[in-house]
Amino acid sequence: MNPFTSHTGLSVMIDSANVDTDQIIPKQFLSKVTRDGFGIHLFHDWRYLDEAGDEPNPDFSLNQPRYQGASILISKENFGCGSSREHAPWALADFGLRAIIAPSFADIFYGNSINNGLLPVRLSDAEVQQLMDEVEASEGAEITVDLEALTVTSPSGAVFNFEIAGSARHNLLNGLDAIGLSLACTDKIARYEAQLPSWKA
Amino acid sequence: MAKTLYEKVWDSHVVVANEGEAPLIYVDRHLVHEVTSPQAFSGLKVAGRKLRAPEKTFATMDHNTSTKSASLDALSPMARIQVETLQDNCKEFGVRLYDIHHKNQGIVHVMGPELGITLPGTVIVCGDSHTATHGAFGALAFGIGTSEVEHVMATQTLRQNKAKTMKIEVRGHVAAGITAKDIVLAIIGKIGMDGGTGYVVEFCGEAIEALSMEGRMTVCNMAIEMGAKAGMVAPDGITAEYLKGREFAPKGDSWEQAIAAWAELKTDADAVFDASVVLEASDIAPQLTWGTNPGQVVAIDGLVPNPEDEPNATVKASIEKALEYVALSAGTCMTDVSINKVFIGSCTNSRIEDLRDAAIHAKGRKVAAGVTAIVVPGSGLVKEQAEAEGLDQIFLEAGFEWRLPGCSMCLAMNDDRLEAGDRCASTSNRNFEGRQGRGSRTHLVSPAMAAAAAVAGHFVDIRKAY
Repeated sequence: MNPFTSHTGLSVMIDSANVDTDQIIPKQFLSKVTRDGFGIHLFHDWRYLDEAGDEPNPDFSLNQPRYQGASILISKENFGCGSSREHAPWALADFGLRAIIAPSFADIFYGNSINNGLLPVRLSDAEVQQLMDEVEASEGAEITVDLEALTVTSPSGAVFNFEIAGSARHNLLNGLDAIGLSLACTDKIARYEAQLPSWKA
Repeated sequence: MAKTLYEKVWDSHVVVANEGEAPLIYVDRHLVHEVTSPQAFSGLKVAGRKLRAPEKTFATMDHNTSTKSASLDALSPMARIQVETLQDNCKEFGVRLYDIHHKNQGIVHVMGPELGITLPGTVIVCGDSHTATHGAFGALAFGIGTSEVEHVMATQTLRQNKAKTMKIEVRGHVAAGITAKDIVLAIIGKIGMDGGTGYVVEFCGEAIEALSMEGRMTVCNMAIEMGAKAGMVAPDGITAEYLKGREFAPKGDSWEQAIAAWAELKTDADAVFDASVVLEASDIAPQLTWGTNPGQVVAIDGLVPNPEDEPNATVKASIEKALEYVALSAGTCMTDVSINKVFIGSCTNSRIEDLRDAAIHAKGRKVAAGVTAIVVPGSGLVKEQAEAEGLDQIFLEAGFEWRLPGCSMCLAMNDDRLEAGDRCASTSNRNFEGRQGRGSRTHLVSPAMAAAAAVAGHFVDIRKAY
């Protein structure tokens, strides 16, 4: 996993609640057997007017010239609801996004994002709205997301604090391999297995 | 200290709990399918790792498979690669696989319970959000991403933070014709599609206790649609009766020990939940969704809502966006809404009781002109049972199509897909934009409501049939 310490970049908004994983990466793109190459299909049905993906929808924010190169996505509550498909964070990260800011996230998506070095940041409704307003008002303005300081700095310099579980923060900051860490507990896993009753073993 | 059912199962699965890090919990059973596993197997190969407990891992293929032909030739080239990759991986890593030619093949959340893989008090995971289904047995069951699939394969554990607890009590008894699907849609309508986020929900109350195991599975299946980490129902005599004698259920002395252990799996009388919700079963009418998320639900005798009545600006915008997508006007009677497609199937509603419920409304009738209706049994065993009961003939004579098992049109990864502008009465679990095909509109209903809509060509209040 790529470490995440601090990131400053352009942001893009999807001003809707309940952005679900079927929108983030529709099912027709889930048949691949590798983790790469999902970015071109990100938000396919909203981003393209045609099924083949040849005609960009000019009304969709990710297609607008001022948001090209964005690396931070801001959206509304319950982002990433629905399916457990990890293809959603794979697509967001492959597109070039490093952080998602929203008032709330669906649980599975939240964990999947952290496991891929994509930082989900929870801010209050008012803070998210302020970020959206500031980004809207000033083209090219950048936002900083600092995982060490646990802050988001808006284009105008307003600083918002956020929270994340200590272990998730540690793993993200250090880009740690979660499986390797757990394999270090093999003795304890074996001891647990040894005491399982026969009906569960 | 008094504990909830969830806390009892959680506590009995903690392997490592160090200060400042998420606990490591043990996974008793891991279910695997073709879509969310290939990258996990690849990760193991790259790192030179093996499966810690292949005997606790069960694979089948369901998302991508054809419901028209049990031949790999019926699959798209990419789907075929994915299915063959699962075959190769299961062979290489020693995992039991029910492929498309095996009688046990089916939707992973239908297969697990009917084979007795799903047991009370266990932790069950799968790279699929509807793993919540297995909570019907008093298991802690939840969907995981592919990185976590790989983690479970390598360690038979997961890093998890403990969830908050929510009690959802459905008091009293439902009226005739009201099913588990109506109960769970009513719950989601009440608490909203993210009302359960951060919680493990325990469903309880007389109306839940009165449900069969299949009904409880339908309720727990949609716990994820209210955002919950998992849904659970305390095991009881109905649970044990269902499991006894199933292929992977414990036998002999192990069965007796299991029965004794399961008797402890209930929330203590003085245990405290972080949140509680109560519904009166007698208030629940047949439910259906009108919009583009499972919380946008209404009773069959209700109307499409008016966004002007909504005070919250974000919610109002969601209603407006949904109305535009589904092409319905505020104030429309749901019984006036016509459909041209019907899908009976999915991990929510494709079990034998679901098919029996649907068949009651199909028997001796005909699918309305201009309507295409398909019935997709949840597994090979469900299909076999339905055919033994003659349900297939009832559906076929009424003009429904009778298909092979799989996820099918619930997520439309295979060729069972709606066209833009289609409006579908669907027994599945998600009505998101484009879920069943780009530009298509999905209304979630019970199997009885779906079959009745197929015959009428529009939604009907099935209570009038009782």
